[in-house]
Amino acid sequence: MDLTWSPEEEAFRDEARAWLRDNVPVPPLPSGDTRAGFAAHLEWERALFEARWSVVSWPERFGGRGASLWEWLIFEEEYYRAGAPQRVTQNGIFLLAPSLFEFGTAEQQDRILPRMAAAQDLWAQGWSEPGAGSDLAAITSRAERDDAAGGWRLFGQKTWTTRGAFCTHLFGLFRSDPAAERHRGLTYFLADLRSPGVTVRGFERLDGDEGFAEVFFDGAFVPDRDVLGEVNCGWSVAMATTGSERGLTLRSPGRFAAAAGRLIDLARTRGAPGALAERVVQSWIEARAYELFTLEQVTGIVDGERPGARSSLNKLYWSGLDVSLHETAMDLLGTDGEADGPWSRGFLFALAGPIYAGTNEIQRNIVAERLLGLPRG
Amino acid sequence: MRFAVAEQAAALRDASDALLGARATPALIRSAWEPGHTWQADIPEVLDVWRGLADVGLTGALVAEESGGLGLDENALPPVLARIGYSGLPVPAVETVAVAAPLLAAAGHPALADVLSGRALVTANLEATAVAGLPVPFMMVADYVLLRAGDEVRIHERSAVEAVPVLAVDGSRQLARLRERPAGGTTLAAGPAAAVAWRRGVLGTAAVLVGLAERMLSMTVEYVRSRHQFGVPVGSFQAVKHRLADAYVGVEFARPAVLAAGWAQAAGAADAAGQTSVAKVLASDAACAVAKAAIQCHGAIGYTTEYDLHLFAKRAWALAASWGSAGWHRRRLAAGMGLQKEEGESVG
Repeated sequence: MDLTWSPEEEAFRDEARAWLRDNVPVPPLPSGDTRAGFAAHLEWERALFEARWSVVSWPERFGGRGASLWEWLIFEEEYYRAGAPQRVTQNGIFLLAPSLFEFGTAEQQDRILPRMAAAQDLWAQGWSEPGAGSDLAAITSRAERDDAAGGWRLFGQKTWTTRGAFCTHLFGLFRSDPAAERHRGLTYFLADLRSPGVTVRGFERLDGDEGFAEVFFDGAFVPDRDVLGEVNCGWSVAMATTGSERGLTLRSPGRFAAAAGRLIDLARTRGAPGALAERVVQSWIEARAYELFTLEQVTGIVDGERPGARSSLNKLYWSGLDVSLHETAMDLLGTDGEADGPWSRGFLFALAGPIYAGTNEIQRNIVAERLLGLPRG
Repeated sequence: MRFAVAEQAAALRDASDALLGARATPALIRSAWEPGHTWQADIPEVLDVWRGLADVGLTGALVAEESGGLGLDENALPPVLARIGYSGLPVPAVETVAVAAPLLAAAGHPALADVLSGRALVTANLEATAVAGLPVPFMMVADYVLLRAGDEVRIHERSAVEAVPVLAVDGSRQLARLRERPAGGTTLAAGPAAAVAWRRGVLGTAAVLVGLAERMLSMTVEYVRSRHQFGVPVGSFQAVKHRLADAYVGVEFARPAVLAAGWAQAAGAADAAGQTSVAKVLASDAACAVAKAAIQCHGAIGYTTEYDLHLFAKRAWALAASWGSAGWHRRRLAAGMGLQKEEGESVG
């Protein structure tokens, strides 16, 4: 056990902290899940990229710093502590990119990653369909072979696509072998949303932002070079991506440590009578527990382990703690919580946590069956 | 940064576990219970296992090698004491290994040799200044008892302290109440040193709770895989799966926090007290949640004393309330954050 950072890691922290102190926009940007806010966030993403903070853990040739996982955790901690903007590029950087590193060809990596890092291409995730949410293997969107053009034509509808109305590209699963069922015969495609045959319609989420979209495909062309992994083997690529989403890369502990710190400030300012003080402390404890769990997990990754089904533990914990933390904030605010503000917005957004990235009911099934060994049923 | 149990601590854990796995059976725990949950002093088979643990070095984990111990630090406590919790062995292991042994070594106290050899057990209640009526676990089987007087930790020979047996929920806890405020004793620690001793006790208890939770969870998983209703294993129902998944989440997030508290203590970290409170909150809440889920998922058999589950659940409830309950530690942290006034006296 050694829970200290090396001098090099501390220097990395100092550099990140200083840059963030000088550059984080004040006042905060409008929500990145609105059209106007998204544009402002793109400016921020490009500033991050120029200073090489947009993808710290990637190799330098793709725009990163070749930082270790530990340094990535440090950067995330500083990022959220500084109150820096949400990452509207996150679905590309944190969800698609790990799969590109694992399954992508050198050509795909060279072509896609630098533009993703620079926020030139903006990626949306295309999993859910009207008839396939938690049951991802029930998707019916399909890909038809177009040998003459050297690629595939996509048909069908994706929905609840986060920031789909503002993004330029979509990664998603389509049924490429009509004879195969469920998990088989699916292919992972990287589609340009500006292609002919694609229609995107944004719609409002519970929190009032146009953060969702439906994406309709009617023969949109995707060349062969934009298939990730093998044809008809998209499920395993997608599972690697969902592992990232549930686990560490989407929700680093720094995010919750910062939120717990703000909750304590709120409680100090407004007072936390009776049991409310204990609830404030409990949220801080849970944020700390998530951090410590993560440190153990990253040690395992460094030693060559894969989190696998244990990423479902991450997801259950951070989504649960995020909801209870914001519920506590709303109780501290009382009737003031009715007004639109960072806490009420955070509360509404936290409620999405137990749903996206695979509902928590699905995560509990995974934990029970794959970690505890209970029978499928 | 490296978050993993060190080699020496793992070796002590594995050696202890091998012995506990072979000898600390539920029947052995039951031998410390008497019919009617009355209190007894005669547990030779349990003490025999304890001497075996002493032989592999457990009792001297925190004692320097030149004093006859292993010379490990608090990093070793969580992994090893979790296995004691898993086994359910009814001895004051935390009090003897984590609290008393290093104090005895530091003071050059003559009791150290017997403690290291496993011939003497030390119990403790350091939650408040010892007064008449204070409940102390393992009072009849212990040879020495550590009690508080203000900010001092004093050691008393057990025979010098009058105590009245108490019918306890966990009949193997050998609980008794002090008949009167104890006189005399020898001061082993005061002020900051007493606070260190308290924190080691909290840490060790948190570790035992994690082990108890792991035991109850594994018993329950085994049971719901084999118990059939409606023609299928009850563990195939989502209502059961989700209950146990949530219980498991609690344990998996408590365990690293307890390891981290051990590191904070060993490193003399400025927030060692706070990290220890974090560990106790998470371990107490996780163990109580597992106990509740385990009993429910077993159905009626989990509500019998013939079945072994209650041996571990009752220990968990007792320890969740000891060395500061989850609420006590949360309020303490709240006071440290300026959210609430500190309540009562606290050595830690």
